[in-house]
Amino acid sequence: MRVTLKVRRYNPEAPHPRPYWQEYSLEVEQSATVLDALLRIREEVDESLALRCSCRSAICGSCAMRINGQATLACKTRLAAVAGQDGVLTVEPMGNLPVVKDLVVDMAPHWQKVRAVEAWLQPTGPEPEGEYLVPNEAMLHLAEVMNCIMCGACVSDCTVLEVDPTFLGPAALAKAYRFVADPRDGATKERLGKYTAPGGVWDCTRCFACVEVCPKGVAPMERIMALRERAIAAGYTDTYGARHTLAFAELVEHSGRLDELRLPLKTFGYTNVPQLVGLLPVAVRALARRKAPSPFHKPIPGVAAFRRTVRRARQASPTAGKQATGGSR
Amino acid sequence: MKFAFFPGCVSRGGCPELYPSAVAVARKVGLELEELTGASCTGAGVLQESNPFLGDCLNARTFAMAERLGLPILTICSTCQGVMSQAHVRLRDEAYRERVNGVLAEEGLSYRGQAQAKHLLWVLVEDIGLERVKAMVVRPLRGLRVAPFYGCYLVRPSKVLGYDERPERLRALERLIEALGAEPVDFPGKTRCCGFPILTINEGNAVAMVAQHTLDAKERGADAMVTPCPLCHLNLDGYQVKAMGRVKERIDLPILHLPQLVGLALGIDPKTLRLGRHLISAAPVLERLGPVAVKGV
Repeated sequence: MRVTLKVRRYNPEAPHPRPYWQEYSLEVEQSATVLDALLRIREEVDESLALRCSCRSAICGSCAMRINGQATLACKTRLAAVAGQDGVLTVEPMGNLPVVKDLVVDMAPHWQKVRAVEAWLQPTGPEPEGEYLVPNEAMLHLAEVMNCIMCGACVSDCTVLEVDPTFLGPAALAKAYRFVADPRDGATKERLGKYTAPGGVWDCTRCFACVEVCPKGVAPMERIMALRERAIAAGYTDTYGARHTLAFAELVEHSGRLDELRLPLKTFGYTNVPQLVGLLPVAVRALARRKAPSPFHKPIPGVAAFRRTVRRARQASPTAGKQATGGSR
Repeated sequence: MKFAFFPGCVSRGGCPELYPSAVAVARKVGLELEELTGASCTGAGVLQESNPFLGDCLNARTFAMAERLGLPILTICSTCQGVMSQAHVRLRDEAYRERVNGVLAEEGLSYRGQAQAKHLLWVLVEDIGLERVKAMVVRPLRGLRVAPFYGCYLVRPSKVLGYDERPERLRALERLIEALGAEPVDFPGKTRCCGFPILTINEGNAVAMVAQHTLDAKERGADAMVTPCPLCHLNLDGYQVKAMGRVKERIDLPILHLPQLVGLALGIDPKTLRLGRHLISAAPVLERLGPVAVKGV
């Protein structure tokens, strides 16, 4: 099989450093991976090509890069699956992290955020003589999130980090969940307080990019959603994020449909003058174009029965009025 | 072809131009719609943040209503479609479905796990077919360069949205744009986030996303952007003026709802398509299409 790798290259030591594309065409086995091809290029064609790799088995997390615009592990990606009909594929360094050279990025911002969420166990109470023991079942729900190999693919494709490098990001927050949901950890309340601060869980757009690219099924966004749910259950409700979801639920539960006019008012608070004034320019423009919901919000037909269903769902909900007891969502 | 129509909240709320244009297009292409008037909001992924089980109950309730009619569901919102698809996958689990059905019994409803929800974009491309759509075009959108903007929930998670079975969904919007006679403009933001979900939480970031995508599309020569998601429309159209202030550049990129673009090509009057309702004027699009299109606005 003949493939052409269009590789995004960058040499900081060039007289005028700037990224450029370079094409490499080679004959490969049907079963070859993108990493196999890159290593052959480095060994046989162009020894100046820089890339990171180690285990070649999707365990070490070193070879994350963007293939056809999407972050993934080069060692886990077969060429046959990504080369177009013309045999061409693009290979770029990960996004949202500074490029050191060619396909090598600086992972420092990623590690710094993992440290910022205090990704280590903080047990309370007297230290046991041996290990901290927990029943097997109490840890099973963490199996997926503990699969994280810190490759950074989710960080690379996070849509929030593209516009705001201060966001804690999917990898660090998934790790944060791993400790919040660990029955041995004793700092849950403090952690949730920290994670709900600006730049934390409520800044995620729920775009699923991290879920899509994670090569290990960690589903970071789902962990962020679980952190939101736990933070609300733990009483951290005075953030715009928590107020937004609670107001949204209340409005939908009341009339079956979202009352879009009341949602921002309830989120910001009816007396929050600066925020409400901030809404005015867009509101005025929308009203002038009649691009606005009717001020007379109508409930769905049969809303009384609908409300009974909602009440029953709330009673039957596993998280009804109390903190979730783990479990993958 | 008959569908149980699920218009969603925003097509009758913040984007009141979407509902009439979608209904007009459905009629024009021969879709028969039976509206699920008693169905509730999907939860939009927001309600699910505080109570995922309740979210699944609301969607199972809608699925049960459609099952009772024996019809597939038609959505006109990427977010509604995505949230329904996610609920649909979870509700495949029989034990879980039975728990949810215990709640639905309150209204005498029960979901058997057979519902199907499909966005209008997919119906046009897969069920009606682009050849037939092409044949229905009476006013080809020649010369119009259109940037597609899918909306996250119509592209991710790809497994949940059936991309493994139907990989052609990857370019559905571009292919539809071509079938209407217009030229698709490729840009990296087409499957990224518009920022709407964090508008009340971090407006700066939400507006930065609008600026990035609209500017990017504009710089690549787009005359307009089209989206199958009304929530994206609320941000990309509604907050574009703020985005221009942020980047100190004139963007003025008209954002069209999917049925508005289709409707124009099918000869539906721009007034019926409510093209005058946007915050960023759609007039340049009509001007580019010539006098026939401008008449009626």
